[in-house]
Amino acid sequence: MNLKTVIAGAILAGTITSAQAADYVIDDKGAHASINFSIKHLGYSWVVGRFNEFNGSFSYDEANPAASSVTVNIKPASVDSNHAERDKHLRSEDFLAVDKFPEAKFVSTAFTPADDGSAVLSGNLTLRGVTKPIDISVTKIGEGKDPWGGYRAGFRGTTELKLKEYGINFNLGPASESVYLNLNVEGIRQ
Amino acid sequence: MAIPVTDNPKSFGLGSILLHWFTALMIIGMYPLGLYIGTLTYYDADYHTVPYWHKSIGMILMGLMLVRVLWRTMNTTPAPLPQPKPLLLATKAAHLLLYLLTATTLISGYMISTADGRGIEVFNWFEIPALPAVTENQEDIAGEIHYLTATMLISLAAIHALAALKHHFIDKDKTLTRMINMRQETNQ
Repeated sequence: MNLKTVIAGAILAGTITSAQAADYVIDDKGAHASINFSIKHLGYSWVVGRFNEFNGSFSYDEANPAASSVTVNIKPASVDSNHAERDKHLRSEDFLAVDKFPEAKFVSTAFTPADDGSAVLSGNLTLRGVTKPIDISVTKIGEGKDPWGGYRAGFRGTTELKLKEYGINFNLGPASESVYLNLNVEGIRQ
Repeated sequence: MAIPVTDNPKSFGLGSILLHWFTALMIIGMYPLGLYIGTLTYYDADYHTVPYWHKSIGMILMGLMLVRVLWRTMNTTPAPLPQPKPLLLATKAAHLLLYLLTATTLISGYMISTADGRGIEVFNWFEIPALPAVTENQEDIAGEIHYLTATMLISLAAIHALAALKHHFIDKDKTLTRMINMRQETNQ
């Protein structure tokens, strides 16, 4: 082992240490995070709803954003579109089949920052028993100290899912084959 | 002779007879209507109208059942026709269960539609307001109870009808005719 390798190794080790991502827990308890969805109604307007119960964590370091990772667990049964009869239908076999598939999950595999400050978060989404790779467009909203002695970072993400790909074949019409997710994620640094 | 409206110890009056048959017809009609709702898809023309009828009829039935129970307590119910004791007990139990299943089905149906605080519109005529939800995802639990008790109710109603026919054709007593003809006196 020559000196060059040792120095290179030391520099690399130093880089890794300084770039060690901070771990955050998503603030679902304070409801500073939300998983919202929109789907077109007949092509004439948008219906919006959300999943009320979820939890998750992420790690993120501004100096090395590419090392970021996220895991989120979602309870599909907590779907809420502000209409009991519709929510009952959404939980049924026609849509989320929550009795058979009580858990949904997103686990990231890569985080690719772009020059303009946005990023693409890639990962596997498990929904209705189907696991598929998806890309989420992410913008960072901000990070810093909160007034109560903690440290927070927050993002917004959007993505589009085709219902058919997750085994949801109920015919809502040609304008309503995709659902758009709008994710607000605020984490508290641990 | 005037038409007897109220019951007397020997026969049913017009009030009880009309209430019995109107509520019976509604209960019998509501079951296939409810099953049909479950088969509707988003682009069916009936997707909104049939549930609307089902809910409207349900609320009217709830009102009629309240009147029926009230009417029964206000009247002297004719004495049961002679039967062996076990059958007499079974008859009493079946009748009580018919009332209980009807009530449970009506209440659970109401609890599906009002789980989010929305009232139930009755034929664009008036609205029954919602009561606060009792539990989370009330519409799911109420929905399962609604289906279960409605199926039990329609099955028991079928047994009830068969029993009435048995009384009429086998026992040859006045059980069925006194629920049709208010002048039918039964000597007890």
